[in-house]
Amino acid sequence: MRWKKRASIMNRYPLWKYLIIIVAVALGALYTVPNFFPEVPAIQISSIKATIKVDNALLTRVQGILKNANIEYGDSVVDSVGIKIKMPNNDAQMHGRDVLQAALGDDDYTVALNMLSSTPAWMEHINAKPMALGLDLRGGVHFLLQVDMKGALDKAADRYSTDLRTLMRDKKIQNRGILREGSSVVLRFRDAAARDTARDQIGRSNPELQLTPRGEGDDLQLVASLNPSKQKEIQDNAVTQNMATLRNRVNELGVAEPIVQQAGADRIVVQLPGVQDAAAARRVIGRTATLEIRMVNEEPGVLETALRGQVPFDNDLFRDRDGRPVVVKRQVVLTGDRINDAQPGFTQDTSQPTVNVNLDSVGARIFRDVTRENVGKRMAVMLIERNKAEVITAPVIREEIGGGRVQISGAMTTREANEVALLMRAGALAAPMEIVEERTVGPSLGEEHIKRGFHSVLGGFIVLALFICSYYMVMGLVSATALTVNLVLLIALLSALQATLTLPGIAAIALTLGISIDANVLINERIREELRWGASPHTAIASGYERAWSTILDSNVTNLIAGIALFMLGSGPVRGFAVVHCLGIMTSMFSAVFVSRGLVSVIYGHRKRLEKISIGQVWKPPVETLAANFAAPDGARTHKAEAK
Amino acid sequence: MEFFRFTHDIPFMRHALKFNIISLITFLLAIFFLWHKGLNLGVDFKGGTVMEIGYNSAANLERVRTAIDTLHLGEYTVQSFGTADTALIRLPLKEGVSSAQLSEQVMGVLKADNADVVQRRVEFVGPQVGKELYQSGALALLLVAIGVIIYLAARFEWRFAVSAITANLHDIVIILGFFAFFQWEFSLPVLAAVLAVLGYSVNESVVIADRIRENFRKMRKASVPHVIDSAITSTISRTVITHLSTQLMVLSMLIFGGEALHYFALALTIGILFGIYSSGLVMAPLVMWLGVSRENLVKPERKKEGLEAEKIMP
Repeated sequence: MRWKKRASIMNRYPLWKYLIIIVAVALGALYTVPNFFPEVPAIQISSIKATIKVDNALLTRVQGILKNANIEYGDSVVDSVGIKIKMPNNDAQMHGRDVLQAALGDDDYTVALNMLSSTPAWMEHINAKPMALGLDLRGGVHFLLQVDMKGALDKAADRYSTDLRTLMRDKKIQNRGILREGSSVVLRFRDAAARDTARDQIGRSNPELQLTPRGEGDDLQLVASLNPSKQKEIQDNAVTQNMATLRNRVNELGVAEPIVQQAGADRIVVQLPGVQDAAAARRVIGRTATLEIRMVNEEPGVLETALRGQVPFDNDLFRDRDGRPVVVKRQVVLTGDRINDAQPGFTQDTSQPTVNVNLDSVGARIFRDVTRENVGKRMAVMLIERNKAEVITAPVIREEIGGGRVQISGAMTTREANEVALLMRAGALAAPMEIVEERTVGPSLGEEHIKRGFHSVLGGFIVLALFICSYYMVMGLVSATALTVNLVLLIALLSALQATLTLPGIAAIALTLGISIDANVLINERIREELRWGASPHTAIASGYERAWSTILDSNVTNLIAGIALFMLGSGPVRGFAVVHCLGIMTSMFSAVFVSRGLVSVIYGHRKRLEKISIGQVWKPPVETLAANFAAPDGARTHKAEAK
Repeated sequence: MEFFRFTHDIPFMRHALKFNIISLITFLLAIFFLWHKGLNLGVDFKGGTVMEIGYNSAANLERVRTAIDTLHLGEYTVQSFGTADTALIRLPLKEGVSSAQLSEQVMGVLKADNADVVQRRVEFVGPQVGKELYQSGALALLLVAIGVIIYLAARFEWRFAVSAITANLHDIVIILGFFAFFQWEFSLPVLAAVLAVLGYSVNESVVIADRIRENFRKMRKASVPHVIDSAITSTISRTVITHLSTQLMVLSMLIFGGEALHYFALALTIGILFGIYSSGLVMAPLVMWLGVSRENLVKPERKKEGLEAEKIMP
């Protein structure tokens, strides 16, 4: 069986195998090329507010503005991030930014400077883009924020204690007080009957609470705590809301491509490429209140004098979202961090749209006092963005509002209610956060990293290729070509997948090349060994590839195991290393075995009588010592059998 | 060119005991340094703040120290980093002071001292994150070891799996021993290098194990030590060429990669050097001591090999 197979080997590939190689290399080249296009200056326009979408209409407007200002501009893209317009040079970029920011105003949009690859549009269309660079290569700030999950539960318990207080009052259940204890609420009663009724009522109105009786005598207690599924829901919501808030804040910085992402159950990653001033970024991210509630100054004549430019002392003149002027007192009643939640809803009787706001216990107390003293007056809810305040809404206080549940209603559409609720939520963090990791890389260091990484790969690659070529001659050239294909395919794959390249990632490219040459060394050594034993060149090539394959497979699998473990457990730059390592192992199997054998068959396959392979010098020991001392490879046995 | 010309199998196994004793001594030394000096854990694992600062001219480390001393930050270090113009400041974790305040304070006093200073890089890792990175690093090491054992046990035999993983963990411990002895900084990239070395040197053991199996099939009358000797001798050329190739790449990283890749490349270098030695001279004797025999490998393998050849033949 085996004998026949060996004898028929001509080392020729069928056409479809060549086609696979040609297609793979062509695709590889196509997806590698974008990395070599230089970057061109660009302007990026993105929306600050969740309610304002960036679309083609805005693009037309932007192009109109640039045309009117006589500024040249290039291609543009509209995507989920915003509008990106390529600019012919740096001056046009700077000038364009100023003109656009002035024309669009800084209330709704940020206009940021960015760099875009000058890859032709058709290439971008088939997703052939340059690799995404990590922060260590392009410079910028990376934060890892830890959301205080216990804090989120405490806030929820705060909310529940106000709810339960209202419930006890509504159902007229006698109690000796309701207090928050950690993340649960303790209700105290004088007699068992009251406690049982309370238990009954709470069970009906808040099934998500677990109720445990405690205490004895005349100090009977009921401990209400959240069931696990509700706890999880609250914590998940806390992370989601904090992320929304962070996005809002990050937008203020006008960064071209910010990343706000959840990392694990309770952490959020914020990455701001290109940002140099880490301190400013930290201040914006770490700020707690962007929402303020203040009283409207409604003294007669104040508005008129203010509009003439004479704003009374301790007052500010603002405009609301419809452009109506409002004079607001400087004293802040409440800040956004006292707001636990804000949701759109409807009034029960008239089905009017409303915004239902939930305050924490401190906020509820302040609110009750302020509303008691100011019935009939207006109160302004203001959002402070980019150091500018805007009045979201300024409703009239109808009555004293206790219990921390506030309903804002009147002249609102459902859409407006949604918007106001979103803005009020956006100002608040659902749970406190702290920075647990920070990495800042300056732009010059980033460029240095790219340069050093590039030189490492290039230097190593050239020396390695020269060495392999001089040691294995033509077969070495084949190996070096396969190695080049490997490099191209790896970069193409990284570009096509838009994997983020980091400095350890570049190191992994270098290391992968160094390791993947092993497959070719194994093959070439095998072929030499077969030749040493007197196998014919064709047989030597065939059995060299065949015998080496299972070894190559085994060793790559073990490398892959290490790569996958790194990927699963690593974070940030190390994960970048793991991705490149794993992908590199796969491309190397293809190039070192499949492609290199294709090359060999192009070079040697068509020759029927192949006398010699150029694989460097094959040293042959005297035949007697050989047979006596070494294990013969398979090919040699064939040969000896033929000789006999 | 042919570097290796052997007329006889080198009788490695005759000296198996000596190799094992050498390994044991280096291994114990590494353990001793790890225990005695410990790893110089970087900010990634220990938590704390690292700042890289740059000047237009050579950095005056004394003045940097004097400036930082005014802040009373506890045990900090300042050293030059790569070039003379840059310096690296390591600050310990401090209760109640956020990283933000810390690095801003330091930049403040340095700017007051010399307005030229620029902040090139700041890394802050909180104590909890550091601990987690440390644990997940250890877990990754364990996972790789288990994964490799399972794979090798399935592909070869448990004796090979156990010997290979022992030999390669021996490499890892020696790398760590070097880092402990010289007190080089052990950072995340170094951990990545260590894990890559683990995968890489198992690869070595696989090549030799493959040859041992093949030789058992062919050298029907040879003794076990002779079979192993022959396997090591016939793969020695490949082992050295491959490692030389990999080392060329790593050397390039050492030369061009700068400080950022220095320890990464250094860990790989040690791993590669010891990998050459351990795959042949630690793993093979262990396989022998564990009592591997022809029967362990040949019979079930034959079928498998045949099947594979069918599949792979182009």
